[in-house]
Amino acid sequence: MKVGFYPGCSMKGGAREYQESVSALAKVFDIELVEIPDWNCCGATAAHNMSKELSLSLPARIMALAEREGITDIVVPCAACYNRLSVVKYELAADENLCSKVASIIDLKYDGTTEILNIIQFIDKYIADKLAEKVVKPFDYKAACYYGCLLVRPHSILKFDRVEDPQSMDVLVTKAGGDAIDWAFKTECCGAGMSVSRTDTVARLSGNIMKDASDRQAEAVVVACPMCHSNLDMRRPEINKFLDEKIDIPVLYISQVLGLAVGLDAKTLGLNRHMTDVKLPLKPVKEVPGAEMPQKVVNTQKMEA
Amino acid sequence: MSASHENNHPLTLSGEMQRDTGVIINKCYQCGKCSAGCPVATEMDYPPSLVMRMLQTDSPEQYEKLLRSMSIWLCVSCEMCLTRCPMEIDIPTLMDNMRQKSVRAKKTNPQAKKIISFHKSFLDSINITGRLYEMGLIMDYKMRTGAMIQDVAVAPKMFVKGKLNPVPEVIKGRKKVAAIFNRIQR
Repeated sequence: MKVGFYPGCSMKGGAREYQESVSALAKVFDIELVEIPDWNCCGATAAHNMSKELSLSLPARIMALAEREGITDIVVPCAACYNRLSVVKYELAADENLCSKVASIIDLKYDGTTEILNIIQFIDKYIADKLAEKVVKPFDYKAACYYGCLLVRPHSILKFDRVEDPQSMDVLVTKAGGDAIDWAFKTECCGAGMSVSRTDTVARLSGNIMKDASDRQAEAVVVACPMCHSNLDMRRPEINKFLDEKIDIPVLYISQVLGLAVGLDAKTLGLNRHMTDVKLPLKPVKEVPGAEMPQKVVNTQKMEA
Repeated sequence: MSASHENNHPLTLSGEMQRDTGVIINKCYQCGKCSAGCPVATEMDYPPSLVMRMLQTDSPEQYEKLLRSMSIWLCVSCEMCLTRCPMEIDIPTLMDNMRQKSVRAKKTNPQAKKIISFHKSFLDSINITGRLYEMGLIMDYKMRTGAMIQDVAVAPKMFVKGKLNPVPEVIKGRKKVAAIFNRIQR
């Protein structure tokens, strides 16, 4: 089965492992991801901060190119790109004049017929049904699913999951054998594109997120956005300095979590590329009766406390 | 929405913003939920609810303060304010609008230089290659801000992990992307 694919710039550079894991996962389920030929950057935060027309035109060119190829579904794993493409599709559908103006700026025919899917919608549509039968190594960890901002907001346009307490990623992690914990920072902002220009702000916002995950004994934080990943993973030294403690919880992409569960190896999934080492504690196989399970000790303490 | 303004009266400031963005500023009744939920309100000179109140005054002085503020640049567009607003006022779109006006009127807050430089470097990269070239972005940003030593320690590790491309990906249609920039700037 062929599905259109917009990797976005991060996945060609700083978030290479996200593309590696998404591609590897798709392959397991016999899905061929077809990259939109000659795609450009969506413009991200910079474009909508600086120029409304640019913020509409860059994503419009991407969708127009996909239409020209006859692509109907575009998988957009980066939450920021997903947000930009979805918002532009919505705004152009709502305003005919704006739409024809943008079409003349990009010098391409644009109909707005492509379906934009974020990574979770893609998995739900193409993979989730067959997931259970493929799970060979349950991801037996306490996982804090972190959705961030752009995957769920603005709800009036994206219409995806709940805005304050989304569940879709938790459901997938559970299907992969994980323990998706309840926590308070699922959709709090990580500081987004301020990583370079205002690192201290990112350290504070991402620090609060990691602190809550840590306080609730999460063994992994699971994300669906390269920007969230880079702030929680690459900015860990700054986070730990802000918190004045050492949090070493790894941050995994949802595609890596599912990839591990279906038996893909760490290298194929790019786990070695994270800046915060992915050291998941070895767990005894669940079936062994009477085996000492370290996570149970943690659970008991938590319940007594 | 512009029907009510189709007479000879000059538009008020908030009326002009409403025409450009579709956002009705007078819907705000100052409940403060936006400021409560805003992740960067504590760092702002005017938190979002105060920004709304200042816009409602239609006073050129208040508007001038906003164009020169840090608030418009500190806003990370997380959309939390819009999500929690009982009147569903699209404050992020107003912030975009004021940022663009502030740049055009050359009224940007000097302390926002780093943030704006980052955006400019980002767009330059797209204009030249069609995509974001991360290493080029960082070099360009360093040239603009003089922050030469920032993050140099993290670069070698990123390189080893395969996270930094030594050469940019240049798309075939880069001239077509550059043409988009040109048509908009005209």
